[in-house]
Amino acid sequence: MESLSLNLALYSPEIILSITLGFVLIVHMISKSNLFTFLTALVGLVSAGGASIAIQSFAPQFFFAGQLSHDPFSLFFKLFFITATFFTFLFSYRSYEIDEERGAEFYLMTLAVTVGMCTLVSSINLLSLYLSLELVSIVSYALAGFRKEHPASNEAAIKYLLYGAFASGTMLWGLSLLYGFTGSLNIYSINATLSTNSLNPLALYSVVLMVLFGFGFKISSVPFHMWAPDVYHGAPTPTAAFFTVAPKAAGFAIFIRFFYTVFGNNSGLPDQWITLPHVDWAFLMSILSAITMTLGNLCALWQKNAKRMLAYSSIAHAGYMLMGFIVLSKEGLTSILFYLVVYFFMNFGAFFVVGLLANKTKDEEISSFKGLGWTSPWVAFSMAVFLFSLTGIPPFAGFIGKVYLFSALVQKEIYWLLVVAILNTVISLYYYTYIVREMFLERPTSDKPLLISPLHTFTLILLVIPTFVLGLSWEPLFKYISNSLQFIVTP
Amino acid sequence: MFAVDLRHYLILSAILFVLGIIGILSRRNSVGILMGIELVMNSAGINFVAFSKYVASDLSGQIFALFIFLIAASEVVVALAIILRIYQNKTTVNIEDIKDLKC
Repeated sequence: MESLSLNLALYSPEIILSITLGFVLIVHMISKSNLFTFLTALVGLVSAGGASIAIQSFAPQFFFAGQLSHDPFSLFFKLFFITATFFTFLFSYRSYEIDEERGAEFYLMTLAVTVGMCTLVSSINLLSLYLSLELVSIVSYALAGFRKEHPASNEAAIKYLLYGAFASGTMLWGLSLLYGFTGSLNIYSINATLSTNSLNPLALYSVVLMVLFGFGFKISSVPFHMWAPDVYHGAPTPTAAFFTVAPKAAGFAIFIRFFYTVFGNNSGLPDQWITLPHVDWAFLMSILSAITMTLGNLCALWQKNAKRMLAYSSIAHAGYMLMGFIVLSKEGLTSILFYLVVYFFMNFGAFFVVGLLANKTKDEEISSFKGLGWTSPWVAFSMAVFLFSLTGIPPFAGFIGKVYLFSALVQKEIYWLLVVAILNTVISLYYYTYIVREMFLERPTSDKPLLISPLHTFTLILLVIPTFVLGLSWEPLFKYISNSLQFIVTP
Repeated sequence: MFAVDLRHYLILSAILFVLGIIGILSRRNSVGILMGIELVMNSAGINFVAFSKYVASDLSGQIFALFIFLIAASEVVVALAIILRIYQNKTTVNIEDIKDLKC
């Protein structure tokens, strides 16, 4: 069974992405045309997506000598990342921040991040986990600083790099301790050793804290969130949209897989992390979740820059999603995955409209939204849909996502967190509707409508429709996600 | 005769780790911070090698240490490129002077 061709077949989405990554450069070199490069990247992404659908027929198993795991959980995330990258490319084409001549570099680096994320979600070994996490991080630093001449972009890159390297260095030290306690790099063997031998709890707590630093950085939860506003603000808008969605989802995926596998009991989903005695970690993380959403929403209230406001709102949304993590139930995890999909469409859509506007005004101030509803009603309407969905107002998709997260809390009777989350939703209504007010109740400063290309119109429609449809008919997606939640496979 | 065992390696790596953290928190020069980060990563490498010899029955820890060098090197490549860019744009590498982004 351990044949090379089977292993390669199971790894085919990443292989196709890597080949595309090389081809993008060659096509750009030969044709000197951004259009051909763009099409090559899209074709590569579509075939990688097709491959990851095709390999769903294989039974869940470990491959590459127990480094990676092929299971519905990782396949779901692979499809998610490939879709996110696809939309990022549509967004970046003809964006004022991505130069035509440097388009190939942008595609190359974004594809490299995608390869890293796809490997990250399927890794079950500390070595592959760390390597793919660094592949995601290091290329992201370069992507954040993509506009070399621009001081804001430089600043975003250096801040991202210094925080990120600090976080991953600390996490690495925690992982080395974990290896020392258990003598294995495989997370299933680590779990087996931890549940039979009783270790000094203090040593184990320090490991949890260090690992939490690394993963908390990726999902930008308080207190590891400091980098997020600056990075999302300074990075080019397509990249910022990508960062708020894809690496964050990758962070959540590996967070779930690592914690539930290493610290849980190995018979399905645990009710508590049995190998972490004496301290209620779920309770501590629920406090983190409450602080994360409150801080994100309160800081977002004062922002004048739309990108920075969305950055703080993305911190708040990380807080909402953490609620599903701490309830320690299958419903909670399903609602995280569902919320990630919904969050992708609405958050990416909001960034997309900001980017479209910035293509014309060359900045992202909220004041430039003034009167957009009068000059280009359809763009303003889509922006309003995304913002109402981010708030969680029915009948949009964000409402259903929040309902599932809240109902997971109700089932576990964690009412205080529920109250905090609902109060936060009310706070967030203020700053989301502020933009809507600017768009529809203020008179425009100039009468010129926003010119957008057919490709961008098409992308906008592709983002608006799911935001509506998932708010009305979410059952099929929810069923698919419940079936995807099998990441514990027995070797 | 003084025998070196696992404890000594762990003490060495803990000292390096703490020095690295102090460097990261106290330095104002971005290259200095980068050096602190390198110390943190390589102290983890020492841990892996020591645990591989004394605790685990395989060589996976030593292979991990090799990969840590690789990651550290590639991280420095990206970092120095960014720092060089900042120096060309602002003629400083002091992180306290890099504060254009504010709310």
